[in-house]
Amino acid sequence: MKTQEKIEYKATSNACKLCSPLGASFVFRGIERSIPLLHGSQGCSTYIRRYLISHFNEPVDIACSNFTEETAVFGGGANLKLAVENIIKQYNPELIGIATTCLSETIGEDVPMILKGYNKKNFDENFPEIVSVSTPSFSGTHIDGFHGAVRAVVNSIAVEKKISTKQINIFPGMLSPADLRHLKEIVSDFSTNYAMLPDYSDTFDGPLWTEYQEIPEGGTKIEKIASMGDAVASIEFGKILAGKESAGKLLESRFNVPYHSLGLPIGINETDAFLKALETITGKPVPEKYIQERGRLIDAYADGHKYVFEARAVVYGEEDLVIGLASFLSEVGIIPIICASGGESGLLRQKILDIIPDAENIGIRIIEGADFVEIGEEARKIDPDFFIGNSKGYKIAREMKKPLIRVGFPIHDRLGGARIIHVGYRGAQQLFDIISNTIIATRQDTSPVGYTYM
Amino acid sequence: MNSIPILKERKKQIYHKGEGVFDLTCDTKSLAGSVSQRACVFCGSRVVLYPIADALHLIHGPIGCASYTWDIRGALSSGPELHRMSFSTDLRERNIIFGGEKKLYASLVQLIDTYRPNAAFVYCTCIIGIIGDDIDSVCKRVTEEKGIPVLPVHSEGFKGTKKDGYKAACESLSMLVGTGSIENIGKYAINIMGEFNIAGEAWTIKKYYENMGIEVVSVFTGDGRVENIKRSHGASLNVVQCSGSILRLAQIMEEKYGIPYIRVSYFGIDDMSKALYDVAAHFKDNLKIMKKTKEIVRNEIDAIYPDLLRYKKALSGKKAAIYVGGAFKAFSMIKALRSLGIDVVLAGSQTGNKDDYEVLRDMCDDGTVILDDANPLELSKYCIEKGADLFVGGVKERPIAYKLGIGFCDHNHERKISLAGYSGMINLAKEVYSSVFSPVWKFAPQKMIRRR
Repeated sequence: MKTQEKIEYKATSNACKLCSPLGASFVFRGIERSIPLLHGSQGCSTYIRRYLISHFNEPVDIACSNFTEETAVFGGGANLKLAVENIIKQYNPELIGIATTCLSETIGEDVPMILKGYNKKNFDENFPEIVSVSTPSFSGTHIDGFHGAVRAVVNSIAVEKKISTKQINIFPGMLSPADLRHLKEIVSDFSTNYAMLPDYSDTFDGPLWTEYQEIPEGGTKIEKIASMGDAVASIEFGKILAGKESAGKLLESRFNVPYHSLGLPIGINETDAFLKALETITGKPVPEKYIQERGRLIDAYADGHKYVFEARAVVYGEEDLVIGLASFLSEVGIIPIICASGGESGLLRQKILDIIPDAENIGIRIIEGADFVEIGEEARKIDPDFFIGNSKGYKIAREMKKPLIRVGFPIHDRLGGARIIHVGYRGAQQLFDIISNTIIATRQDTSPVGYTYM
Repeated sequence: MNSIPILKERKKQIYHKGEGVFDLTCDTKSLAGSVSQRACVFCGSRVVLYPIADALHLIHGPIGCASYTWDIRGALSSGPELHRMSFSTDLRERNIIFGGEKKLYASLVQLIDTYRPNAAFVYCTCIIGIIGDDIDSVCKRVTEEKGIPVLPVHSEGFKGTKKDGYKAACESLSMLVGTGSIENIGKYAINIMGEFNIAGEAWTIKKYYENMGIEVVSVFTGDGRVENIKRSHGASLNVVQCSGSILRLAQIMEEKYGIPYIRVSYFGIDDMSKALYDVAAHFKDNLKIMKKTKEIVRNEIDAIYPDLLRYKKALSGKKAAIYVGGAFKAFSMIKALRSLGIDVVLAGSQTGNKDDYEVLRDMCDDGTVILDDANPLELSKYCIEKGADLFVGGVKERPIAYKLGIGFCDHNHERKISLAGYSGMINLAKEVYSSVFSPVWKFAPQKMIRRR
C-alpha cells in the first residue's frame, strides 16, 4: 500500500503524452468542412494549435469558447452557444466538433444538454452537425481523445438505411497524412468503396492556396460517415483500442457491421494481416502491386539483415504505435529493448508479450505511464543502439549521443513529419532503410578507417 | 476570391488608418468562437518566468499545460538548464475529486530533492481554483521544510487574459526581490527587465551596457538566476523592455524601493540607440558614460551600415504585415522595417492597450490596418487585400503567410536568430531578405494571381 502511494504521488517530468482534447482536434480536423471547438480556456486551443502547427506546418484553426471567471462560476452555456454562432458566421462549416477540457469537465458542463435543439430541424438545412465528445485532460491521454472523438462522430452520424453500399469502414487511428493516403490507395486498389475516419491527409498536408480557405479542402465526407451503418465491415487498427470502447465496436453492436480489429499495419506481419482482412471482406485477391512491394521489401530485409540483427532500440510513443513498431522491429531482428508509453491502459505488457513471448528473458523493459525522465534513466542502464519515436526523445538521445529515428507525432525539430509513411510494405521499406542506414552510418562515422563500401 | 467575413463584434477591434474616428476597442477578453492568436493567463505567467534557469517550474494541473510548454522558448542559459524541463503534478480524476494538495506537496519535495533548485514556482492551471487547492499554504510549508523560496503563481487560465498572467508572474517575482544582499552594488547599476535572452539577445544587450561602464545587477528573465533577482533592488534604474510583460514588477519596485524605470526596446537601430542613450542620460552625473555610449553607438552603426544599405536597396517598396504579442514590439518593428525601406500595411498585437494603439495609429501611414486580438481569417484577409510581401509574426502566423505565398520573419520566442541590438538588425535584414527574395515563391499560386 505504501509503495503504491509513493508511485501515485510522483511528478511527471517531461511527459510522454499530451492531453485528450488534442487527440479530438485531430479527428475533427479530418472531416470535410469541419472545425474543432474546445469548450474551455483560450489557452487550450492556442497551445494545441501551436503544437499541431509546429508539426504539420499548416494553418490550424481551432475555436474556443473562451471561458472567463464568470463562465467558470455560472457555467459556460452562453459562451458555448456564442462560439457556435460565431463559428457558423465565419467558417460556415458542415460540422462543429466540440471537445471538452479539464475546466469545463470539472465544473460539470453537459455539452449535449447545453446544445439541445441546436440542429438542422430547429434552424435550417445549412445548420452544421454538432458532435461533442467528453475529453477531460485529467483522464487518459491524447490517444483517448482521438478514439473518443471518432466514436462520438460515428455515434451521432452513422445510420443504417439497409441499402447495399459495399462500403468498408476504416478507422486508422492517429497516423500521418502520408499513412492515410497510403491506406486509401491500398483500399482503392481492392476496387472497393470505403469510408475512412478521420482523414486529415489533405487538411493537414495540403498545397499552397490559390484563394483563402477558411477550412482546408479534404476530409471524410459526412455522407460517408452516415452510411457507415450499412457497411460490409469495419477495420479498426489498434490492439490497445481493441480493449476499449470504439467506433468499430459500436457499429458492430448497433448495426451488426462485422468488426475486424487489427494491429497498426507496421511491418510485414501486420500488413499481411491487413491485406488478408481486405481479401476476406472483398473476396478479391491482393493486387499484384502489393505482392511486388512485399517481394522488394523482403529483398531489402535480406540485404540489410546483418546490420540490424540484435540492434537494441528504445521505442516510445502511443501504446499502439509502440506495439506496431515492436512488431516490425522484432520481425527484422532488432530488439525493442525498451517499450515505453505515457499511456496507461494496463494492456501494453501483454500485447508486447503476444508479439515477443520471451521478451522478459531477453531483458525487454515495458513501461506504462512513462515520462521521458524515466525513459532516459532506463535507457542509460542498457546502452541502446538507437531511439525510435517522436521528436521529444531528442533530449535524451542527444545526451546519450545515440541516433534518434523520428516517427509518429510530434516531430517538431524536422520538416516532413506529415510525409513519413509508417504503414504498409512501403512504410516498412522506408523505416527499414532509415534504420539500417542509421546503424551503418554510425559504424562508418565512428570507424577509424571510414570504409567507402558497406 | 471569397470575401472573408469579419464578425460584427470584432469590427470594433479593427481600424483603417485615415478612415473615420479612431476608437479601437482593446484590453478585452477574446470573443468566443473567434480563433484568437492569444493564449491564456497561465501562458502569460509561464513565458515571463520561463527563463529563470536555476528555478524549478512546476505546473499544477492535468498534463496538457506542461506538455505544451516543454522547452517551448529559445531563452538561453549560460549555466543551469532546469527551465528547459517540464514538470507537472499530472492531476488525474481522483485528484480532481479529492484535491491535489498532497500530490503537489509530494511532487515539490521529490523534485526539489532531485534537482536542488534555488527557488520553485508553482503555476496554478484552470482547475486549481475550482477544486479549491490551497496552493499558498503548500508553498509555505515546502519553503520552510526545504529552505528555498517556493512561490505560488496564480495563473488559472480563464481568470483574465495573457496580461493578467504577466501580472501574476510579476507578483511572484516581487516576493523574491529584496531578499538578497545588495552589498558591493555600485552607483551606476541597472536591472534589465522584459528581455528573455532569446538566441542570446540579453548577452548582447548586457555587453553594450557594461561597455558603457554600467553594472547589470539582474537580467530578471533572460539567463535569469534566483540570486540576482533577490538582490535586484540594489540597482538604481530598471530598464524595461516588452512593456506588457514585466511593467507591473517595475511599478512594484518603484513603489517599494523607489527605483525609477524607463521603457526601451532593443529592436532596430533607432530604438536600440535610444535604449543606450536613455540609460546614459539617467546617470547624467557621470559624463564618461555618455561619452562612451556615443562611441559605442557610432562604432556599432558604422560596422553594420554598409550591409544595411545593400539590403535596403533590395527591399525598398516591399510591404509588410506585423502581428506580434506586445504592441511595443510592433512599434520597433515598424521603425526597423522602415529603415529597410519596407512599408507596413498591417500592424497588430495580441495584448496592446489604448495608449499603445494611439502610438501605433500615429506611427502608421494612411491605409494601414490596425488590429487588436486578431484571428487567422482577419490576418489573411488583410494580407491579401493589402498585398503584403512579408509577414512578421510567430509560429501560429507562419503557415498563414506561407499558404498565401508571402515571405515570413519569425519574431517569436522560439527563434534561433538574435534580432536585438545592432547585430540583430543585420540578422533581421538578412531574415527578411532571404524569405522575400526566395525563388520558391514564383511557384505560389496566390502570388501568380496577384501579379496578373
